[in-house]
Amino acid sequence: MNAIIIAALSGVVMMLAGLVLRKSIMVQNLAVIIAALIFGATVYDFQTTGEGQTMFYNMIAKNEMSSWFNVLLTACSFIYLLIFKKEIASVGKNDAEYFALIFFILCGVFILSGYTNLLMLFLGIEIITIPQYILAGSDKNNTKSNEASLKYFLMGAFSTGLLLMGITLLYGATGSFDIQSEAFAGHFSAEHMNSLALAGIILMVIALGFKVSAAPMHFWTPDVYDGTPTAFTPFMATIVKVSVFYAFIKLFHSSFTQVGSMWQLTIAIMIVLTLLIGNITAVYQQSVKRMLAYSSIAQAGFMLFAVFSTNATSWKGILLYGVSYTLASLGVFAALIKLKDYTYDGFNGLAKKHPILAFTTTVSLLSLSGIPLTGGFFAKYFMLLATVEQGKFLGLVVFAVLMAAISVYYYFKVIMSMYFKEGEPEMHTEPDALELGILLLNAAVIIALGVLPQLVF
Amino acid sequence: MLILLILIPLCLGILTFFLPEKIASIIALAGNCITLVVAGLLYSAYSHEGSYVLNQPWIPTLGASFHLEVSSGLQILMLILTALTFPLIALVSWSKQPDQSNRFHALMLLTQAGLMGVFLAKDALLFYMFWELALIPVYFLCSMYGGERRISVTFKFFVYTFAGSLLLLSAILYIYVHTPVRSFALNDFVAAGRSLPLAQQKVLFWLMFTAFAIKMPVFPFHTWQPDTYEQTNTRVTVVLSAVMVKMGLFAVIQWLMPVLPEACDYWKNVVMILSVTGIVYASMLAMVQTNIKRLIAYSSIAHIGLMCAALFSQQNLGQQGVAIQMFNHGINIMGLWFLVYMVESRLNTQKLNEMGGVAKTAPWFTIFLVLVSLANIALPLTNGFVGEFVMFNGLFNAQTPYRFGLTIFAGLGVILSAVYTLTMIQKVAYGEQKFDFKDLNMQEFIVMGLLAALILWLGFNPSILMDLVSLNQHAFLK
Repeated sequence: MNAIIIAALSGVVMMLAGLVLRKSIMVQNLAVIIAALIFGATVYDFQTTGEGQTMFYNMIAKNEMSSWFNVLLTACSFIYLLIFKKEIASVGKNDAEYFALIFFILCGVFILSGYTNLLMLFLGIEIITIPQYILAGSDKNNTKSNEASLKYFLMGAFSTGLLLMGITLLYGATGSFDIQSEAFAGHFSAEHMNSLALAGIILMVIALGFKVSAAPMHFWTPDVYDGTPTAFTPFMATIVKVSVFYAFIKLFHSSFTQVGSMWQLTIAIMIVLTLLIGNITAVYQQSVKRMLAYSSIAQAGFMLFAVFSTNATSWKGILLYGVSYTLASLGVFAALIKLKDYTYDGFNGLAKKHPILAFTTTVSLLSLSGIPLTGGFFAKYFMLLATVEQGKFLGLVVFAVLMAAISVYYYFKVIMSMYFKEGEPEMHTEPDALELGILLLNAAVIIALGVLPQLVF
Repeated sequence: MLILLILIPLCLGILTFFLPEKIASIIALAGNCITLVVAGLLYSAYSHEGSYVLNQPWIPTLGASFHLEVSSGLQILMLILTALTFPLIALVSWSKQPDQSNRFHALMLLTQAGLMGVFLAKDALLFYMFWELALIPVYFLCSMYGGERRISVTFKFFVYTFAGSLLLLSAILYIYVHTPVRSFALNDFVAAGRSLPLAQQKVLFWLMFTAFAIKMPVFPFHTWQPDTYEQTNTRVTVVLSAVMVKMGLFAVIQWLMPVLPEACDYWKNVVMILSVTGIVYASMLAMVQTNIKRLIAYSSIAHIGLMCAALFSQQNLGQQGVAIQMFNHGINIMGLWFLVYMVESRLNTQKLNEMGGVAKTAPWFTIFLVLVSLANIALPLTNGFVGEFVMFNGLFNAQTPYRFGLTIFAGLGVILSAVYTLTMIQKVAYGEQKFDFKDLNMQEFIVMGLLAALILWLGFNPSILMDLVSLNQHAFLK
């Protein structure tokens, strides 16, 4: 688990570097180099993964799946930094600290992928959320950013309380924090279940549902994602959310499968609500950024299928979904952040002015809506496949595909603005050749995942 | 050879985006012609040696393979139709290239690649991918070229078909999970689909059929079609109407009927009644249209309705009729749209009452218009006749208590089609001369002459098509 340590240390190094490095460009380059270093560390971890490696008094375990997950998410974060480094640095004065916070979040992501102990789960979630509160409010002079930060903090603190309560109840019922131990896992079977454990499970569902913005615990999401500086929203909506999903699935699939009937109905209701609210509300948005916030709720609805279906396919699915959803969101946000006007009309005529940027955005949007030949198609495909294999609540599948058809409406509105409407888009900055190259690479990866999804698992 | 049919248009399509406009149109036409030649070679090879297969592993963990195969005459007919349509479109509109013609030709080539894939794929996942892929370039084509309301109308079309496709996807998933060895191959799907209890088959049938019915379109899933045909550029309408709607019928024949035979039998009355309702309804609407493109759009719904009804008659002969009519309808409707295109490009109108008197100055145009229209009504000695006759035969012999009623109402559709088609000829070609209408130019004459020759040749020699589809009749239905 070198990655955890390196990520935490690089956060510290980055903060100190802010004192030494005067030029913003040097800070940015240092951040990219450090991200590459962390990526190297995760690859090294993956290479050296063996059977039954545990660390920190058996509180964190390393296996092939979790190491691979770290590699993928770090690669996504690296691409994120490459695309957005200029914008991150220009959010406010403390450019080095924003990067430092992102590295701290990565440290939390690694803890979440490896935890075997509920305390580590709690710690991981706190490590990824507290920097996010700061990032959300980093545009200090903007009231919307302040509002986002405060709202996120209050709501987040509340859900953390629920999480702690859930962990406590589970500990009370089983007498163990270790989700792999016999005492813990053996407790969750039909004959051993008691109301204490059940209440614990339900509280965990609510608390984790809160963090992944599943309805009806989604109310914080649109305001927070909308108010947060656009440079940070894609990171919060994708990489962080996916890692919480990973933790969510890990807990429920490794321990609670025996008593699935007791919580799967709750998740099924959450899926229906999340898809419905996310998609329908996204249709009515005027601002593309807010639309993307609601669409991220809708996408979470799809990812909840992986929690719902307790089989191996859902593990593959969450890896693929996480990567393709992250890359596609990065592609759309990369175009959004260049524009002055965040409404749909702001995109008018982008295809004429910047054909390459419009093309990469289109590929990303097609992937988000799940059109074949993009990674998004196979991502949705695996989620639905996992559910069909599970064999319960098959109506959910039909419901989900109809909701995916609705999502086409708002994603394609952006494409229509870019290609079929006349206009002169006002830009903050013009994309340079390097950025366009990275975005093209990003689009190429999305298409590659749409042809050969086995690349990620 | 099979992969070439997809690769040539795909690669040239991507290349064409980056070419200057002048070269783009030449490259596109050349590519179309090469594809046509390859399709022709495939036809001759098929008639000598039988089936052609290309089967490579694609996603081994899922059991999906890159499986292209030609094993039925219907596939050959559809491939030839697809290969034929695109060069003719390019040729007929040669003298008046669209704006940004490199983009236009590139998207057309990509559409062709997708369509070829649909007709070749024997792996359900691959089929689904191509099914959707054919739609994306068409979406851009329809939205970029056409009338004023094109963007919203195309969007409706897209959402409709996409929703249908997703239902198809959920059905594919369900059957896939029940295949013996987790594979997407057509044969495994057939085994899995048939092993399912009838109650499940009945639900799956509608999930799949909705997707196909939207594409065809069959009443009541047709509402996107007249608007889309009216608003899109006529060059693109040809693709939609001559080839893309055949995807729906083709998919029913290749993917629905063999996989869920019991459910097809169970629901056949519902489908036939819907189709025949569509025939009468669309024919009556066609009679009152004042826009020539809407008129042809409704006539197309009526024709497709008859094909769908004959398909579900579950009669061998009727289904053979459908197979050849799919090809013939493609030829005829292509001819009609080309004529509409010529009228449009000369008069700048689609309104029937603004046309008239064309016959006086444009005899060749009128001859072709009359010939193609008569083929569209399925007069004897035109290509439309045999297919329609055989389809009625199938419908009349269907194993259903409603067969008399169905046949009578479907027959009514034929009479009505004569009414609106002849009215159309009259309004366009005869009456008071309102315009100085230039007769066909060289390219237009070549294209229309070719189509007219095909119409007459296939009308005199229907056995060519009949032999082709009956060779493997059992292979594609059983």
